[in-house]
Amino acid sequence: MQHKQVIIIGGGPAGLAAALELYHNGVTDILILEREKHLGGILRQCIHDGFGLLRFKESLSGPEYAQRFIDEIDRLHIPYLTDVTVIDITADKKVLAVSKQGLLEFQAEALALTMGCRERTRGAISIPGTRPAGIYTAGVAQSYINLANTMPGKNVVILGSGDIGLIMARRLTLEGAQVKAVFELQPYPSGLPRNIAQCLNDYDIPLFLSHTVIDIKGRSRLEGVTVAAVDENFAPIPGTEKDYPCDTLILSVGLIPENELSLQAGVELDQRTKGALVDDSYQTSRPGIFVAGNVLQVHDLVDFVSAEAEKMALGIVAYLHSDSSQSTHLTIRGDASITHTVPQRVSGKKDFILSLRPSRPAQNCAVQICQNERVIATQTFRKVLPAEMIQIPVAANLLAEAGDLEVRIAC
Amino acid sequence: MKDQLYDVVIIGAGVIGSAVARELSRYRLRIAVLEKELDVACGNSSRNTGVLHGGFTYRPGSLKAECTVEGNREFDQVAKELDVPFKRSGKVVVGFNDEDMRNILKFKQIGETNGVRGLEIIDKDRLYRIDASAGGEFAMYSPDSGILNPMQYTIALAENAHANGADFFFASEVTAIDNSTGRYRISAGDKCFSSRWVINCAGMNCVAISEMLGISGHQVKGFKGEYFVLDKKAGQYLNIPVYPAPNAKGGFSTHATPTIDGNVLIGPDSYLTDDPDDFAATREHMQGLIEDGAKMFKHIKRDFFIRNFAGTRWKRVDPDTGEILDFLIETRTDKPGIVNLIGIESPGLTCALPIARRVVGKIRDREQLAPKPSFNPVRRGITPFAGQPRERQQALINADPNYGEIVCRCETITKAEILSAINNPLGVVTVTGIKNRTRATMGRCQGGYCETRIAALIQETLGSKETEIRYQHAGSYLFTGKVREDDHAA
Repeated sequence: MQHKQVIIIGGGPAGLAAALELYHNGVTDILILEREKHLGGILRQCIHDGFGLLRFKESLSGPEYAQRFIDEIDRLHIPYLTDVTVIDITADKKVLAVSKQGLLEFQAEALALTMGCRERTRGAISIPGTRPAGIYTAGVAQSYINLANTMPGKNVVILGSGDIGLIMARRLTLEGAQVKAVFELQPYPSGLPRNIAQCLNDYDIPLFLSHTVIDIKGRSRLEGVTVAAVDENFAPIPGTEKDYPCDTLILSVGLIPENELSLQAGVELDQRTKGALVDDSYQTSRPGIFVAGNVLQVHDLVDFVSAEAEKMALGIVAYLHSDSSQSTHLTIRGDASITHTVPQRVSGKKDFILSLRPSRPAQNCAVQICQNERVIATQTFRKVLPAEMIQIPVAANLLAEAGDLEVRIAC
Repeated sequence: MKDQLYDVVIIGAGVIGSAVARELSRYRLRIAVLEKELDVACGNSSRNTGVLHGGFTYRPGSLKAECTVEGNREFDQVAKELDVPFKRSGKVVVGFNDEDMRNILKFKQIGETNGVRGLEIIDKDRLYRIDASAGGEFAMYSPDSGILNPMQYTIALAENAHANGADFFFASEVTAIDNSTGRYRISAGDKCFSSRWVINCAGMNCVAISEMLGISGHQVKGFKGEYFVLDKKAGQYLNIPVYPAPNAKGGFSTHATPTIDGNVLIGPDSYLTDDPDDFAATREHMQGLIEDGAKMFKHIKRDFFIRNFAGTRWKRVDPDTGEILDFLIETRTDKPGIVNLIGIESPGLTCALPIARRVVGKIRDREQLAPKPSFNPVRRGITPFAGQPRERQQALINADPNYGEIVCRCETITKAEILSAINNPLGVVTVTGIKNRTRATMGRCQGGYCETRIAALIQETLGSKETEIRYQHAGSYLFTGKVREDDHAA
């Protein structure tokens, strides 16, 4: 059993940023464990640009964005292992991993969980119909095209307007496929406005809101899908059915934080984010186990992932120095106007950034943070969208010692 | 092309055809199994609940009752010989009202007549202690019922038959059978086979094959049922199959069943279909499954859903009255050399080997069968990495470093297992074939992480072109080609 001060599970954008921030704050006994052959995580397959606009003030591709961090990791000789899959972690921060050299066991003082997320599948949303080949989640199709040089199909329908689906609409079109349409269950897009503009509008790909796929046809390879408009309860409206012949259906219907390891360690999850419940240090319900990035909450921009991981790293540094978990006693709750908040509880002793998403689009509105029936912070927006994460800095000196925080969007 | 000469041709490589091949491979016979799909267990053998039945709903004296009890009793030994994951989980048949109790008592008595052991009526407290997730006010407990992986069982039977000399031909749909020369001449795929015996194990297509063999008058009726597959997170709540009280005819509606691999199945419901290829899931039945499933399994919720599937029980019916009939294992003096299996549906999984032995018996009625001394009943499957003690896992990696590379994260399936599956003895190379041999892609991400890796490993190992990779059926290509052709200018 090897001892490490901090083990970082997952060498994607969150893990890389956390490692560097730990190092810069004097924590150098670090090890990143990465299951792939290379660091970089899902950024490796995101060859489109648009990454890093906030952080680097320039538009990078996914691999370029990741490489900025990897170069720094290499320059500083921060240790990492690739081709190593963690299969178990415990509440007392033992890590069991599998490698070609055998099982690896570690004891860490603190764990940084940065495993990212996975895609929601056809089974999870229970699309009726047959089970032919030709149905891919957007990320899998992206991996096939960009990493494996294999073309998944020629005549494509996309269900879901998540960002990867929109990116794939453009990518498939550029590679000669016919993308017939994108259908979105919700009455608003779930991807970023810039992706709607650059990936659909620029290529004349229609987007149908309040529509879904109600049937899948074909025995061997996909032959077509039936699409229908849905009502406000997402039930298909009879008479609106339309058949679309296609050989490929791409699903971009949501991302789910990958928390299987977290659960093994007994980390408490938030039913809304499907990620861990954390405090303002990004510490979970298990002392010394921290999370950041898409394993905590699904982000819209990688720049925010990196920033969140750096905040988490500072939380780890504080934990390692004080040797006692901070007492956290203020719970944060959102009303129906927001889908979730991160963190879900705070110490009240330090400034923090509140991340949240609106549950529906709104204009000329204000995010209000209230305590004891009093608005203690407010930020106004010309418009808010479910596709865009909102982040609001909250100063500790605004908080009373007792009283849970309520968050809402007022229009 | 010259005919391929065999003593016995078995049509269909489902669990029945594979079991018949395995039992016949005990004797000095040249055996061919013809399958229209690209693997074994592509029909209803893989589309069922994976339960080893007790035998308390079948009419005493029927073939179903006899074979179920026989198949149940021997299965510990069978599972051990063939290396098939199996657990004698028991089963509870739960009831809510007086009518349920009457039906349960009726079938308890039938079960006892059939020779089912250990049936007892239990109260709510005892039910709760057996499984706190089970719905119901009272139950009948059947300790001898069990759960197994039906795909792996069929694969094991086929691999054991193959190891003992039986030949399997995939993509070999039987299109014509000619009997004018005294032997049977069977056209299948791009080949012709000549044999003295033909065994019809075509399952859902048994009537079509029967008619090609010149035996008409049989009729089957399709009772389709749909299922939800639930995540292993649901599996931790359920350790025993929970069935509702049967109706007066012995039919069960939607039940909740733990799988041997730790998932939960909700289903099947039951409705009629005419189409042997109809395995589509439907919106209306999905909704019904959720409502009925919740009565059996208290922890059902949408977050647990990872997949749907459907299967069909093709029951033999009386063409005149429509009455549902027993399994039929038919030989006719006017049609020598044929064993015609009609209406082998649930509990066909439990009955596969007992049925196979009866088929052997029908052949032995006509000719001497010489035992093959080299016959080996033991088959070993792919050694899994998951679920082993750490010392064993370390030893596996030491012996083969590919055991140290996780390909399927959700199910913890290693590269060594995937490679073994790609190099399987039957020569099957579909993605579904690898899935059924290893469980890769069967977890909650449904292949999101590993499918790309499996496709790459197939290409690397077999040197296949990307356009040759198949998902399950012929024509189920995964890729239309390369994105860009390789750069030849360099």
